[in-house]
Amino acid sequence: MSTMPLLRIVPPVVRAARRPQRMLERQMMCYRNTWPILLSGFFEPLFYLLSIRVGIGKLVGDVTVGNHVLTYAEFVAPAMMASSAMNGAVYDSTMNVFHKLKYARTYDAVLATPMGIGDVALGEIGWALVRGLLYATAFLMTMAVLGLTSSWWVLISLPVCVLIGFAFAAVGMASTTYMRAWTDFEFVPTVTMPLFLFSATFYPVSSYGSWAWVVQLSPLYHGVALIRAANAGTASWGIVGHVVFLLTMAFAGLWVVSRRLQFLLLK
Amino acid sequence: MSANPTHRTSGAPGIREPLIHAEGLVKKFGAFTAVDGIDFDVQPGEAFGFLGPNGAGKSSTMRMIGCTSPISGGTLRLFGLDPATHGREIRKRLGVVPQLDSLDSELTVEENLIIYGRYFDLSRAEARRRAGELLEFVQLSDRAKSRVEPLSGGMKRRVTIARSLINQPDLLLLDEPTTGLDPQARHILWDRLYRLKQQGVTLVLTTHYMDEAEQLCDRLVVMDAGRIAAEGSPRRLIEQHATREVLELRFPAGANAENEHFAIGLGERHELLPDRVLVYVNDGDQALASVIAAGAKPESALVRRSTLEDVFLHLTGRTLVE
Repeated sequence: MSTMPLLRIVPPVVRAARRPQRMLERQMMCYRNTWPILLSGFFEPLFYLLSIRVGIGKLVGDVTVGNHVLTYAEFVAPAMMASSAMNGAVYDSTMNVFHKLKYARTYDAVLATPMGIGDVALGEIGWALVRGLLYATAFLMTMAVLGLTSSWWVLISLPVCVLIGFAFAAVGMASTTYMRAWTDFEFVPTVTMPLFLFSATFYPVSSYGSWAWVVQLSPLYHGVALIRAANAGTASWGIVGHVVFLLTMAFAGLWVVSRRLQFLLLK
Repeated sequence: MSANPTHRTSGAPGIREPLIHAEGLVKKFGAFTAVDGIDFDVQPGEAFGFLGPNGAGKSSTMRMIGCTSPISGGTLRLFGLDPATHGREIRKRLGVVPQLDSLDSELTVEENLIIYGRYFDLSRAEARRRAGELLEFVQLSDRAKSRVEPLSGGMKRRVTIARSLINQPDLLLLDEPTTGLDPQARHILWDRLYRLKQQGVTLVLTTHYMDEAEQLCDRLVVMDAGRIAAEGSPRRLIEQHATREVLELRFPAGANAENEHFAIGLGERHELLPDRVLVYVNDGDQALASVIAAGAKPESALVRRSTLEDVFLHLTGRTLVE
């Protein structure tokens, strides 16, 4: 197994994971007690999309991308979907993980059993993906109800949201392992806010002119581009680049997470 | 009760393989040496203790035994296996009660036990069955559906013990199981641990309470500054390192040192503490009579049996709990 080139990008302790699904099971148990929290995931996109369609969309008018003419709401909806996937993953992998890591000693208890670092890392990131998939489904249903979907290809946006979630959850969890106190989390919006605003979310990347290359460094930009392509049902070679960018980010995050958890929990 | 261990022994018949074997065991954190080359063996069915003050290296040793802290030097084997290569297999057979509570505050008492069983690959039904039995064993069946947070410290500790037994461990590790608990909660806990011991569960515990060590341990090592200062049964350690009785003399505040001379030559030896003078003798009452006859005027005097505290004081010159 370990000699397969594709698997070399997976850190050894993660390859050694045998039961990451137990961490998911734990999360499901937690949410069995507090499931109404999950409902919040349905309302957020509804409010976003309504406000854009009813308000801003009317002021802005249509947007032309390539040779497609889209209403503003149709243009923005995929970006909102990508941002919501990012925010959910970041939230789960920062605050929630920090609490378990530093205060609840949840992972210490887990590691006293046959579970390993890889199980914890994969399980926790995996949960961010499961939750992300639930929220993305809710978002997509809302989009469809509001008439903002253009083709059946839009269903591909669901796995795309999982990919966005994977990338941001891995990097989010990696950053969390460096946090010393709750106050350090004030840096999180400092990063996610500009990503949300400047990832070709509210206007096409062409509007940035010669600064477009900066936008292309934003991981969220690649997520937005993928969901826009899915919604429009247009395929291009650029898609491969977007996917590779997000996968690279995800596996880099996973490397750091597994090393840091080992350093912090098994010293 | 389901906490009945099956001791797997291997090797030649008649030779009991120790459950834990440590030789020259070292733990370093950067330049700091927490455990400085210790040797010990723990046999199946034994209750084995590490007695020492805070910072003696007890918890570091426990974490190495629990396979959650890599050793920095020496040899460590559990069930004949090396933690560095067989951590998962070893942890499958361990029960761990950590010093700091690590119960899952997002789950109920019962769910805490069930998910822990799942970490050990028990089926859901089996985990649920054992959780019920174990909560009964720690007398918390009525709190099964409660969240963990509102429970008292003693109750949380009992839940943690129940949780540590979910995999029917061959070896139970308890790191300062009663630190911070009130006397009543401690006695309940001791009673449960004593029952486990009677069922044949091998216990390894750390403590800085000599009464706990005396109550629970068949054999113990006294640790100080990362080293083992003495080893034996509580009784034997007292016999070796202390006298039968101790006369405690308390003089007015600040006058203990100037009255120290009354203790000299009275018994085998004496210790001057900030608040009292301890005289190690075989007959405490007789010693007290001689002190009074010599003209000493202590504010109070007490004759008591020697304890492990005296052993520790003798070995290290310091008391266990400062």
